[in-house]
Amino acid sequence: MRRHRLRWWEALPWIAGLAFYFAFPDYLGFGCDLLVTILFALSLDLALGYAGIITLGHGAFFGVGAYTVGMLASYNIWTEPITGLLLAAAVAGVIGFLSGLVLLRTTGLTLLMLTLCTMTLLYEAANMAAAYTGGFDGLPSLPISPVFGVFEFNPLYADTQYLFALGVILVCFIFVRILVYSPFGQSLTGIRENVLRMHAIGSPVRRRLIVCYTISAALAGVAGGLSAQTTAFVNLAVLGLDRSATVLIVLILGGYGRLYGAFIGAVVYLALEHFLAQIYPAAWQLGLGIVLVLIALFARNGILGLGETLWQRFGPRRAAP
Amino acid sequence: MSEIRLETQGLSRHFGALVAVQGVDFKLGVGARHALIGPNGAGKTTFINLLTGVLPATRGRVLLSGRDISATVQAERVKLGIARTFQINRLFRGLSVLENVCMAVAERVGTAGAMFYPAGRRTDIIDESIQLLQTLKLADAARHRVSELPYGRQRLVELAIAIGLRPEVLLLDEPAAGVPSAESHIILDAIEGLPEHIAVLIIEHDMDVVFRFAKRVTVMVSGAIFAEGTPREIEANPQVREVYLGQAGHAATARAHHG
Ligand SMILES: Nc1ncnc2c1ncn2[C@@H]1O[C@H](COP(=O)(O)OP(=O)(O)OP(=O)(O)O)[C@@H](O)[C@H]1O
Ligand SMILES: [Mg+2]
Repeated sequence: MRRHRLRWWEALPWIAGLAFYFAFPDYLGFGCDLLVTILFALSLDLALGYAGIITLGHGAFFGVGAYTVGMLASYNIWTEPITGLLLAAAVAGVIGFLSGLVLLRTTGLTLLMLTLCTMTLLYEAANMAAAYTGGFDGLPSLPISPVFGVFEFNPLYADTQYLFALGVILVCFIFVRILVYSPFGQSLTGIRENVLRMHAIGSPVRRRLIVCYTISAALAGVAGGLSAQTTAFVNLAVLGLDRSATVLIVLILGGYGRLYGAFIGAVVYLALEHFLAQIYPAAWQLGLGIVLVLIALFARNGILGLGETLWQRFGPRRAAP
Repeated sequence: MSEIRLETQGLSRHFGALVAVQGVDFKLGVGARHALIGPNGAGKTTFINLLTGVLPATRGRVLLSGRDISATVQAERVKLGIARTFQINRLFRGLSVLENVCMAVAERVGTAGAMFYPAGRRTDIIDESIQLLQTLKLADAARHRVSELPYGRQRLVELAIAIGLRPEVLLLDEPAAGVPSAESHIILDAIEGLPEHIAVLIIEHDMDVVFRFAKRVTVMVSGAIFAEGTPREIEANPQVREVYLGQAGHAATARAHHG
């Protein structure tokens, strides 16, 4: 019951994030990608890992966030980055809420298909509205105002972008962390663990799920908006199945329902992608596939779950019998 | 019987061609200690599912304190004071025993939707849950994951969750099923120790338990009420005996087990 207390190692990801900034100044663009992926995975963890909402279409909200920021900037309507992200969150949240009202009546495969359909619909809508969205070519060279009116986004050197992204995911992470340890977060876990029992103790299950889905969608919207800001670019790929599948793999790798699974998973995934692509440029996805099979066979709860098991077995505090 | 708490009128439930519950008129008074017995497949669990709103009725009505709740969804009925346990455990297996009970208590108190403070800070909810676990002799297992407990103790958690809802009507679906007899007395003591005013309906095969606990007994056969009376009347009823003996003596085996 004291799990909400901060532990010392929870500072590590943020120290690592800062260290990366100083150690790899030439890779800050890659660093931004990593941070965006972490945030996106975190948003999915809330819905999938905590509440057990099976979705393959979370990219829908990422894309909505990206296009919100992208279109507002591209037409010079709104270029301020922080409020831009809030707008992205709001639009994605509204779409999450509306689709959740319908989708969350279903479960399992039906739900999976419907989330996928939602994303495909948005993809097609963005494609058809090419006059506004830039269609397949997208919206390039988005103008983004300086952060706090001072720190300019540098198109060649991603230092401002990186620190901004790090700050944004820190804020989002604190929010998610508070949420998952709250009574509301506990009840989401209850829904995932045994939804029939939740009904039987009088829990308004569907309302909780809709709230969770809306928040998760808003966070995915922030991730999408951040992606548009840090790359100064949006195209249809943000609404593609690829990204949704990737983020799912990230969570499975890292361990879902664990808060830090998103971090570990994103780092491992991008590292694997990077190194495997160097060694086997043509077949790196094969290597990724093998890793996933190993995870599925030997570490159902991802790398973090595996770590917990090993810690319980060999760590200093022996687990209770 | 004093004031009526829960009542059904012509309650029926069909599954395709099968009539699982058939025109049941049933009354449960305030403070009732009522047993529902009947052979396997008689429709007892289905009847409870109709009372709690897990399943909609095909026909008939359910009244709580005179108010028609037939159209009320399950979660709302819980808020109105109907709690149940399941014949087969339905627990949050990955969570600790304490968390299982807190989940129910938080939901009852109405704080389960709160987002911006840690669940662990609600010491009132935790203390109440620990107290409840103490009365059920589960306190030592409070921090254990439910899935690590033996089945008998899991049954107690099932009961703890229902009691944590502080119901007016408590429906117990074979609460001691699968529990070794050395431990079943804890469950029965807990049920006997419930506040007097709660209306309790217990499905039970063990006639010793029925005798010890119930003031009235209803026998259900093929979805319909077959007989109703005091435990003594029911035991003396030759037709009831026939039903049970014809079924190769579910009750008899249970009794042999016990004695
Ligand atoms: N969801 C369902 N769909 C179809 N048939 C069902 C369903 N639930 C129960 N039944 C059928 O309804 C009848 C009554 O079942 P029920 O579980 O209510 O019996 P029971 O009296 O609780 O039996 P037991 O003592 O074995 O628990 C059985 O024939 C069962 O197969
Ligand atoms: Mg049954």
